[in-house]
Amino acid sequence: MTTIDVRAGRLSQEQLALNFTDAHPALLTGNALVEANRCYFCYDAPCVDACPTSIDIPNFIRKISTGNLKGSARDILSQNIMGGMCARVCPTETLCEGACVRETQDHQPVRIGELQRYATDSFMESGETIFERAESSGKKIAVVGGGPAGLSCAHRLAVLGHQVVIFEARDKLSGLNEYGIAAYKTVNDFAQREVDFILEIGGIETRTNQRLGQDVKLDDLRQQFDAVFLSVGLGDVNSLGLESEDIAGVYDAVETIAELRQSGNLAELSVGRRVIVIGGGSTAIDIAVQSKKLGAEDVTLAYRRGPEQMSATWKEQEFAQTNGVQVKHWLAPKSLQSENGHVSGIEFECTTLNPQGKLTATGELRNMEADVVFKAIGQTLVNTLDAAAEMPETEAGKIAVNAEYETSLAGVWAGGDCISSGEDLTVHAVEHGKQAAIAINRKLS
Amino acid sequence: MADLSCNVGGIKSPNPFWLASAPPTDKLYNVERAFRAGWGGVVWKTLGIDPPIVNVSSRYGAVHYNGQRMMGFNNVELITDRPLEVNLQEIKQVKKDWPDRAVVVSLMVPCNEKDWKYIINKIVDTGCDGVELNFGCPHGMSERGMGAAVGQVPEYVEMVTRWVKESTDLPCLVKLTPNVTDIRKVAHAAKAGGGDGVALINTVNSIVSVDLDQMAPEPTIDGKGSHGGYCGPAVKPIALHMVTEISKDPETQHLPISAIGGISNWRDAAEFIALGASGVQVCTAAMHYGFKIVDDMIDGLNNWMDEKGYATLEDFRRMAVPNVTEWQYLNLKYDIKARIDESTCIHCGLCHISCEDGSHQAIREIKANGQRSFEVIDEECVGCNLCMFACPVPDCITMERVDSGTEYQNWTTHPNNPMRVEDN
Repeated sequence: MTTIDVRAGRLSQEQLALNFTDAHPALLTGNALVEANRCYFCYDAPCVDACPTSIDIPNFIRKISTGNLKGSARDILSQNIMGGMCARVCPTETLCEGACVRETQDHQPVRIGELQRYATDSFMESGETIFERAESSGKKIAVVGGGPAGLSCAHRLAVLGHQVVIFEARDKLSGLNEYGIAAYKTVNDFAQREVDFILEIGGIETRTNQRLGQDVKLDDLRQQFDAVFLSVGLGDVNSLGLESEDIAGVYDAVETIAELRQSGNLAELSVGRRVIVIGGGSTAIDIAVQSKKLGAEDVTLAYRRGPEQMSATWKEQEFAQTNGVQVKHWLAPKSLQSENGHVSGIEFECTTLNPQGKLTATGELRNMEADVVFKAIGQTLVNTLDAAAEMPETEAGKIAVNAEYETSLAGVWAGGDCISSGEDLTVHAVEHGKQAAIAINRKLS
Repeated sequence: MADLSCNVGGIKSPNPFWLASAPPTDKLYNVERAFRAGWGGVVWKTLGIDPPIVNVSSRYGAVHYNGQRMMGFNNVELITDRPLEVNLQEIKQVKKDWPDRAVVVSLMVPCNEKDWKYIINKIVDTGCDGVELNFGCPHGMSERGMGAAVGQVPEYVEMVTRWVKESTDLPCLVKLTPNVTDIRKVAHAAKAGGGDGVALINTVNSIVSVDLDQMAPEPTIDGKGSHGGYCGPAVKPIALHMVTEISKDPETQHLPISAIGGISNWRDAAEFIALGASGVQVCTAAMHYGFKIVDDMIDGLNNWMDEKGYATLEDFRRMAVPNVTEWQYLNLKYDIKARIDESTCIHCGLCHISCEDGSHQAIREIKANGQRSFEVIDEECVGCNLCMFACPVPDCITMERVDSGTEYQNWTTHPNNPMRVEDN
């Protein structure tokens, strides 16, 4: 039996700085032009259909190639105000780039995400503006939750002439962009710079440290505002359902990612020598790679199904592997092992699909030693709405909405991770916010 | 291995690839390296009468297209800026060291008999294989009554060519400017003056671009620019046409041609030879990529000739000339339709939108089960080729002949032609 080895400062400051730089550096102008010229300017382009926010991709790329960067950014941002962040975090391989005809042709899609970043970064650096607010409507809307859905909704409402107040539970806006994704995806405080860019439109008041159900009540908001948009995200982490899951060394991946993102000094963060991550999504990939980058010796990502069933894309899996993470499939955690009250390993049971396609245990067992275990098996809605007199209906544990993003409560709309559509990408949240704003505007005018 | 040797109006070289008169041929150092790389000949950068001219700084402009650099190229550079004696000595040395290669000297002097005879007398001593009369340069020299100023007036071309031929037995190529309405008139003059062949095209009058900040043409010299000579791949179609005009003209059909204009590889060269050229001259491609490109030019032409069974250049020279006809003789019964290979289609929609907005609305978009496909409407398809060119997938769209292949009717006999000749 080895001793538990969890400590900070495994790597030098220089190495940490290097490890946490931009994982996918921005395109230089020359490269952007070459890449832009690879676009065929398809008619009725499949990439546009594949974009949840329907950005006119061929058009914005053509504008890059002609040097019309302002026009390019307008095409992007008018559809997706977080075009800058989405360019960094979208799994483009399953969205626009997956649909690119050049993917069909020779598996070399146009690097749409990188071009989008090129256009939006250039525009944001220019300090110019493209949005103007419509004449004041005199209407006030409360947005609860300042993540991508909330910011997108607030921005569109402000453009349409409404007054908006954002109530945010945490210190900073931007939600998971600020607290929930790997640091190397959004360097140089991009999430906050994007928030500033969005708020520049004016007409949006932000109130932080206002948690729904505690500091602010839904009933009051419904009375005080003409409309309410709920974009509260998912506050709870699913549990493994194992005994003594609360022992030392077992962490929620999202919490640790938030800690890392808010840390001023990465060398002060503790990391295990041997790390096991349980899960198969982007959060699992992010915590696994970040652990490796902090200096963990062995990082294993264990998933109970196969690579095709992982919600992390093939590209994310590949990224984890090239960063030294070992990805193991068909392993379900059976029990946690501990040493003096600290986790020391996991016993896994091997799994397989039975002839009916159902996941079943084979009975074979595998033991793996670990100093730290991360749970990254999805999040659930915190029921912070309980304090309200009237509750919006839910569906599979999330808020139910109609096609207009309207909840069962009059005057209350919702979007982002907290609704029941089953989609959980930043880009989906932005689209929900935008569409809800359009629906709210229609209702109020 | 095919025999690539060529003879242009009495000037012989081991292969048809010469470097045109330009910076790559302006001195011994360059020409030596070009010959080592395999070039069959050079036309030495144009000599003039001392004192040498002076050049400006910022001399070239370029057209880049969709990421391809230097698709078109222009310059405001003049003839050699080195003393005549230095050039003469180096030419002599090169010819001595490389006796099998063609060394042709390009000349441009004021338009009077005395100066032309003076320069001819100067160069005969170099042992060069021939002279090329630069009547083409469109900038800088033409304002001084030289270059294109002479080349645009057939009478001057004939007169100067005659002076030269009276002064020397050296083969004499007359280099033609494309900046004329009818290239044949100037070719006639070159022949009438006793020229042994023509070289064409020289560069095309051009302004390649405007700097929108400086509001001045490029290349910009201290805030100003001037028209320059356009060349590079972009001018090849113009050159092919002008060469054909001379090849087809009964008066000049046997006049040797040294073809110039956007030639970058062996295919380009083969096309010019098929249209009547005896040899070719290259400049922009060598300025872009260096002398080494001649390796593929020689190798590629050789392999292609072997494959086709052509033993010498003469075996396929002029082969395409009879097939260049006038529009009125084209077969109006010939009918082709676009065919889309669904197995290689990537569904970009460019065939549809190019036909829809740009041609005859003959390709429809079909959406079914979330998939889209494109279908040619034969009744509307006129066989224009636009979709085939717009399609980014090689051979995905082809044109299929659908007429019987046995009927022929041209415009001269067509009922719609008010001036038709009645068939008997």
